[in-house]
Amino acid sequence: MKILVCISSVPDTTSKITFSDGDTKFNTDGVQWILNPYDEWYALVRALELKEAGGGNVTVINVGGPDNDAIIRKALAVGADDAIRVNSNVTEPFQVASQIANAAKDGGYDIIFTGKETINYNGSNIGGMVAELLDMAFVSYASKLEMSGNIATIERDIEGGKEVVEVKTPFVVSASKGLAEQRIPNMKGIMMAKRKPLNVVEEVPSEARRAIQKYILPAPKAAVKLISPDNVEELVDLLHNEAKMI
Amino acid sequence: MAVLVYIETEKGAPKRNGFEAASYAGKHAANTGNDCIALTLGEGDDAELAKLGAYGVSKVIKIDDARLNSFDSKAYAKAISEEAKVLGIHTVIFSQSANGKSIASRVAVRLQAGIVSGAVDVPDTSNGFLVKKTAFSGKAFAFINISSENKVVAIVPNSFGIHQGSGSASVEKGSVSLSDSDFSVTVKEIKKQVGDTLPLPEAELVVSAGRGMKGPENWGIIEDLAKVLGATTACSRPVADVGWRPHHEHVGQTGVAIRPNLYIAIGISGAIQHLAGVNQSKVIVVINKDPEAPFFKAADYGIVGDAFEVVPKLTEAIKKLKSA
Repeated sequence: MKILVCISSVPDTTSKITFSDGDTKFNTDGVQWILNPYDEWYALVRALELKEAGGGNVTVINVGGPDNDAIIRKALAVGADDAIRVNSNVTEPFQVASQIANAAKDGGYDIIFTGKETINYNGSNIGGMVAELLDMAFVSYASKLEMSGNIATIERDIEGGKEVVEVKTPFVVSASKGLAEQRIPNMKGIMMAKRKPLNVVEEVPSEARRAIQKYILPAPKAAVKLISPDNVEELVDLLHNEAKMI
Repeated sequence: MAVLVYIETEKGAPKRNGFEAASYAGKHAANTGNDCIALTLGEGDDAELAKLGAYGVSKVIKIDDARLNSFDSKAYAKAISEEAKVLGIHTVIFSQSANGKSIASRVAVRLQAGIVSGAVDVPDTSNGFLVKKTAFSGKAFAFINISSENKVVAIVPNSFGIHQGSGSASVEKGSVSLSDSDFSVTVKEIKKQVGDTLPLPEAELVVSAGRGMKGPENWGIIEDLAKVLGATTACSRPVADVGWRPHHEHVGQTGVAIRPNLYIAIGISGAIQHLAGVNQSKVIVVINKDPEAPFFKAADYGIVGDAFEVVPKLTEAIKKLKSA
């Protein structure tokens, strides 16, 4: 089975978010970049498990500049066999999806994994777009995926429950929490990753359909109103009469 | 040019997020002097669908193909896009639910539309088409301008609210037909969690607890408080990771991002990753015995105290209020 895992580079979850250039750019000063957790912990690891069980190959793909090679090597250290980096600065979702679809279209992949979203823009756009561009089935928010021949049984998160679907390869699937357990790369994996192929391909033209104009931070909260633990009635009164929430 | 809003249905009637999406699309249509048309897929109950008229929808189009009773992103995206083309629509609105998100991106590709998902306010069309969306998992907002002629917007549940007016919409059948090859998945089963509270992404009231509860056996007081409020229960990541609570209850940056009206956090310190998923709650109450817990900085109301003493007293006090 040939599996492609789309990986993204995102600010570390502990990053303090600030902006520069009149709040038009994300301030990357001091920001640590990591593999998007949904891509690394769930999509990549489930792809590796499928390969370990049934044979095949796991390729990771990233759209970005040379700075992203560090997170790509991390994915190789976790266990991917090889990598593709589309050398491009595009970040607009349709443009990113176009690059991935173009690189994947002749690859004969049975499954294309994405994380359910990136933790910086939270768009959840790439999986559906790649599926549409390649005319494939798309199953989102998978928390369980089992293969039997060329048929996958996938449990996906929906509001207030789970939906179980069957889908034939080839398909695109986005990974949510629970699909697999995070793997920490060991020394052998890290050493081997240095020798695994990382193929850099050039971008294809794609059209930007949207642009970020400005960022804002949420309005700062007023100081917390502290209530004595011996007077919970006051909290109830405030929630009822001041906040009007209960 | 009319605005099209896709409405999710359950047993033929609009879901709660459908009424919110209709309210949002209706407002945007009114702002731009347009009609708002709703689209439903699968068999629908006309009397129930007509109720969308009270939320700004003038006409409901249903594509009542029984094969669309189950969700399939490929078939759904084709049906919505083709109907939009027939109607000459340039703007399509979705609720950013599990299904809505999956199809919005496909529809955007089909319509060559720019997309903003995670929208929290109606587009500002005074100079372009500027949409406010959440970014950095709730730590910030971005304003994104869609420059293409066609546009797709998906709104975060419970961000715009349901705005009920009056009126009734006409219901018509759509003109799009699908072939078997448009379908790509088979839905085998839907497992709903038991209980009568709203699912977390749509919940208005949430009671959440963390490691401060010391063990899963102590969740009774959390559930009691949630029950008296009619709130949905949630938890922090460590608690889900060790299996004290199910994964679907985990709220935060790598769990569910929520924006209820009221979020009560008990025994949760308030790590930055947790705050990211909940800081858009309208009112936050923090109960923690550690006065230095960072969560107090993000809270509107706080009690520094032992949850095992405070929470049962709070439950009783709310019971008293509700029965008064």
